[in-house]
Amino acid sequence: MSEKNVLLKIRGLKIQGYSDETWVDIIKGVDLTLHRGEVMGLIGESGAGKSTIGAGAMGYARDGTRISEGSIEFDGMELTTASESEKRALRGARIAYVAQSAAASFNPAHKIIDQHTEAPLQYRLKKRMEAQEDAIDLYNRLRLPNPEEIGFRYPHQVSGGQLQRAMTAMAMSCRPDLIIFDEPTTALDVTTQIEVLAAIRDIVEQFNTAALYITHDLAVVAQMADTIKVLLKGNEVEEAPTEEMLSNPKEDYTKSLWAVRSFESPQRYRPKDSTPLIAVKNVDAAYTGGPKILDDVSFDIYEGMTVAVVGESGSGKSTTARVITGLLPQSKGDVLFKGEPFPPDYRNRNKDQLRQSQMIYQMADTALNPKVKISEIIGRPAQFYSGLTGVELKNRVDELLDLIELDPSLYYNRYPPELSGGQKQRIGIARALAANPTFIVCDEVTSALDQLVAEGILRLLDRLQNELNLAYMFITHDLATVRSIADEVIVMQQGKVVEQGPKDDMFTPPHHPYTDLLLSSVPEMDPNWLTTLLEERGVDNVGDAASAKITDS
Amino acid sequence: MGDIAGLVGKRLGLGLIILLVISVIIFFMVELLPGDIAQAVLGQGATEENLAALRKEMGLDQPAIVRYLGWLKDAVVFDFGSSVVTQEPVTSIIGERFAKTLFLAAYAAVIAVPVSIVLGVLVALMRNSIFDRVANVLTLTSISSPEFFLGYILILYFAVKWGMFPAIASLSEGMSFVELLNRAFLPALTLVLVVVAHMMRMTRASIINLLASPYIEMARLKGAPPLKVIVRHALPNAWAPIINVVALNLAYLITGVVLVEVVFVYPGIGQALVDAVSKRDFPVVQACCLIFAATFILLNLAADVGAILTNPRLRHPK
Repeated sequence: MSEKNVLLKIRGLKIQGYSDETWVDIIKGVDLTLHRGEVMGLIGESGAGKSTIGAGAMGYARDGTRISEGSIEFDGMELTTASESEKRALRGARIAYVAQSAAASFNPAHKIIDQHTEAPLQYRLKKRMEAQEDAIDLYNRLRLPNPEEIGFRYPHQVSGGQLQRAMTAMAMSCRPDLIIFDEPTTALDVTTQIEVLAAIRDIVEQFNTAALYITHDLAVVAQMADTIKVLLKGNEVEEAPTEEMLSNPKEDYTKSLWAVRSFESPQRYRPKDSTPLIAVKNVDAAYTGGPKILDDVSFDIYEGMTVAVVGESGSGKSTTARVITGLLPQSKGDVLFKGEPFPPDYRNRNKDQLRQSQMIYQMADTALNPKVKISEIIGRPAQFYSGLTGVELKNRVDELLDLIELDPSLYYNRYPPELSGGQKQRIGIARALAANPTFIVCDEVTSALDQLVAEGILRLLDRLQNELNLAYMFITHDLATVRSIADEVIVMQQGKVVEQGPKDDMFTPPHHPYTDLLLSSVPEMDPNWLTTLLEERGVDNVGDAASAKITDS
Repeated sequence: MGDIAGLVGKRLGLGLIILLVISVIIFFMVELLPGDIAQAVLGQGATEENLAALRKEMGLDQPAIVRYLGWLKDAVVFDFGSSVVTQEPVTSIIGERFAKTLFLAAYAAVIAVPVSIVLGVLVALMRNSIFDRVANVLTLTSISSPEFFLGYILILYFAVKWGMFPAIASLSEGMSFVELLNRAFLPALTLVLVVVAHMMRMTRASIINLLASPYIEMARLKGAPPLKVIVRHALPNAWAPIINVVALNLAYLITGVVLVEVVFVYPGIGQALVDAVSKRDFPVVQACCLIFAATFILLNLAADVGAILTNPRLRHPK
């Protein structure tokens, strides 16, 4: 491609962030060249600076950051020296932005279409009626249901996947030259993600819009981008066309990202003639005054085994865990522990019953009290359940820290905010272990972590399971995690168990149609995966449309 | 919309219950005041027979609970009995005065509410600028000075030194509306100075609180200019806390005017309350307290309803 076609040229870009009363480099000199109509994927783990570069491409520095060096040239205009009003005139009109969470990025106080038409009206590109007609046309192209009417709803009245498409439509409202997609599908379920990906790819092609596609998900970027740039801690690692990057990565870091999903624990099978550790029998549950969340849920979990529970958000995975741990008493059915019924309400369980089932949470950040020392976070359940005090207690905490591979002499007296995300999750694991449980609920424990860190946590959980003979109920929406750690799989949809069985069976057909949809919706590294899938299934048989059909039948 | 009617009905019912509880408290607190009312009315020289006769006449010989129920029954139809001192019906003593207090409160509110919201938006827009700091310091100074002090300062300058407005806000029948506004200007201004700070700071804080929201960043990245970001994107989501503070301050404008009315000799309900307490005129005290309580409850109810109505999730259910 010739120099003339260059749309965005970033050279030696440095962006600094303010922390601990000094400015530190977050982006340490990145170059980027994007041509008209080209889609570039920016990938890297959290802290790599992907989003910061994305905002920087609009000449925008988030609060607490500043562009300190380098040049950003958009279609011949230098953004680093441009005035605030010159830059503002580009935003929305020539460079548009699609944020990670559409639910949070649409203003709750205004109708979707009024937010859509805001930029075209402000730039006097269209009259209100024309802008609305154009919005409806875009909703049509993005395959939104009821395109005539959906824009006149408020954001909270529309589902997440639809909102994300409406936001893409909004970005298109002024027919920009460039769109920054900042993790647009990360917050969505796999089945919903697929239709959003298809819609985005389609519309970007139709209007020949250039795009920066920011994500941490390699399989997703493989579907969307012409070229991929890998970032690590504010530096570029390498850049290459998508095919080449996937088949032949040059740098070690890139190779390690590609190889992440290699961990797989050997499959265990149910012991014959033994009582299950936890048996959930015909359980119904609902929140006070709400509709039924769980509908006749039954499954068993055996000692020392991992049962993965998969399904979309709202399918009742976490509610099941809350019933087992007694946080939400069931309205019908039983939870048996080694054949004996557990009192439904945790308040009626004795210490030994409480000790048996522990939980590890998704957000280690919010699950640990930031003002309490590590020694106390872990020490408190050890003291409560085992009555340890003084030296005994300290020894127990040291032993637990050793178990989770953190050096007691370094971490004993520290506070959660001083730890990294992965370390915090390890503390969460140690806190669960401190009770000496036989059964642990792991609720999306790796979904907030980077892939390499998540892999470390999975390996740790696997090792602990072997050493301590623990049973896990592993709630996840990520089928790669299921592959690596589960022995048995339960698929849930709308509060019902639609399929259950050993992992080997789960990944070989035939399946329940919902399982099939779920499995086929997980993006693969093959850059032609999405195209092939859409051809095979047809655009109407993916995403929400497909899962609605299954529910109806 | 059925949900909203239900919510409002619930709040209204709750408000009535609270008012009932308050009426109990008011009645029995006044009961607990030391001293004998009959004695106070008839003076030290009264004979035992006269005292007993008066007690019987006033119903004081009956048990408290019977008197409370009788009082409550009449209060429901706005009959608060007669003044112990002047024998006039309480309603006619405080009715007109309450209207004057409402006029003063409305006068102050009409100035204070728009001024503080506009100021709040402006300081949020120019946060951390000199303007922001000056506005903060000035409003904080005015809120931390006692009303009577502010009132006297205003009298000193506006009435005594510059002679722009009358120092004594005496109102009389047949005054034109403009004349009324002129007479009541200084007390209204005093009240404005006292309440602006709260409302302005809450407006500023609620707006700034929202500026880190993803939808605000989205608005900026759509090219919306700063004023539009604040007025169109932040303010509509900031109403709930602002409305609450406005309601609290409006309630204060009605119930907190005692000192201001005394300073400006304004013939409002505050004056009546002060007189009644000093003369131990308990029916008037009870009536005033009940009116103040009802005002508070009504305004808080209005704030709750306002907060509900500005929440699109409640206004447009799924």
